[in-house]
Amino acid sequence: MLKLRVVLIFTFSLIIQLHTFAVEKIPVIKFDEIASILNKTNDTVYVLNFWATWCGPCVKELPDFEKFYQSKANSKLKMLLVSLDFKSDYQRLVNFVERKKISIPVVLLDETKYHTWIDKVDPSWEGAIPATLFVKGSVNFRKFHNGQINFNELKTIVSPLL
Amino acid sequence: MKKVVFSLFSIIAFQSFLFAQVVPGEKAKEFNLKNVDGKMVGISGSTDVKGAIVVFTCNHCPFSKMYESRIIKLHEKYAKLGYPVYAINSNDKNKEPDDSFENMVKLATDKKYPFPYLYDESQEIAKAYGATNTPHVFVLKKNANGYNVEYIGAIDDNAQDESGAKDKFVEKAVDELLAGKAVTTKKVKAIGCTIKWKS
Repeated sequence: MLKLRVVLIFTFSLIIQLHTFAVEKIPVIKFDEIASILNKTNDTVYVLNFWATWCGPCVKELPDFEKFYQSKANSKLKMLLVSLDFKSDYQRLVNFVERKKISIPVVLLDETKYHTWIDKVDPSWEGAIPATLFVKGSVNFRKFHNGQINFNELKTIVSPLL
Repeated sequence: MKKVVFSLFSIIAFQSFLFAQVVPGEKAKEFNLKNVDGKMVGISGSTDVKGAIVVFTCNHCPFSKMYESRIIKLHEKYAKLGYPVYAINSNDKNKEPDDSFENMVKLATDKKYPFPYLYDESQEIAKAYGATNTPHVFVLKKNANGYNVEYIGAIDDNAQDESGAKDKFVEKAVDELLAGKAVTTKKVKAIGCTIKWKS
């Protein structure tokens, strides 16, 4: 009986720990953090993908992002999945990221007054997701991709920059 | 080299065609599309109106769902003042089966839509307006020669919580038009689902 209790307590504490780990894994950010990436002047290639768990085409393209990210490990590539899920759906996002085993860093952008920042990402963006922005500050490179993107397109855009 | 320049040019031309959107002040294309009741409905046949609130929306999109009741309220408030709502679904049913005509009929019946819910099967109207997201609103004002676009964009500034919305962009635009004024905020972007184009 005591043994069972110990096992139970251990299991629960493990669950709580795992849970805490997952919760800490996804920061909730404001747009100024995105802006600071847009203003970087270093030679790191930043790829920002705007998506949400409720967006079908966004979810469809994630495996291509993941595959590309893993193929460019140890390079000067920094990828960020910027989720536009609502803050109240935070746990849904956490569960999704865990279930899909996403290794790319994910943030939740908690800025629902969309018109205040959409143009700062790119003036041609009307706000439909998915959308992806590529930035390499050292050579003033900025490219905005509207809509779904695949592995080969990612490669074509990013590889020459690395 | 000539070939390269030409293909570059055509890519640019094609892209600008893709993203060309009407600009506030420009003439709006008139439409006549199949309504959920099977009849052809459009702004062309409307008499005794001052304009129209055209909403590109659909069945499946969570943002469209969040705005469903607000779109109904817009119609209830403004149809009698001369600005009725026309909801248009332009999504390709092969890409998004939830947005088929049959499902539009179902949704319009379930939600008791008081406005026409039209099927832009060829996607020609979405392209003509440059609609990209759902929901995407175009407020039109009627004049002697047809309709002009006066406002493009979001319904308000809070998709998730209607009571938390501070700026009600569409209402403000229509109120200004009703008062005989120019629309002050002519365009407001918002996050939304992308229109599912045919491939």
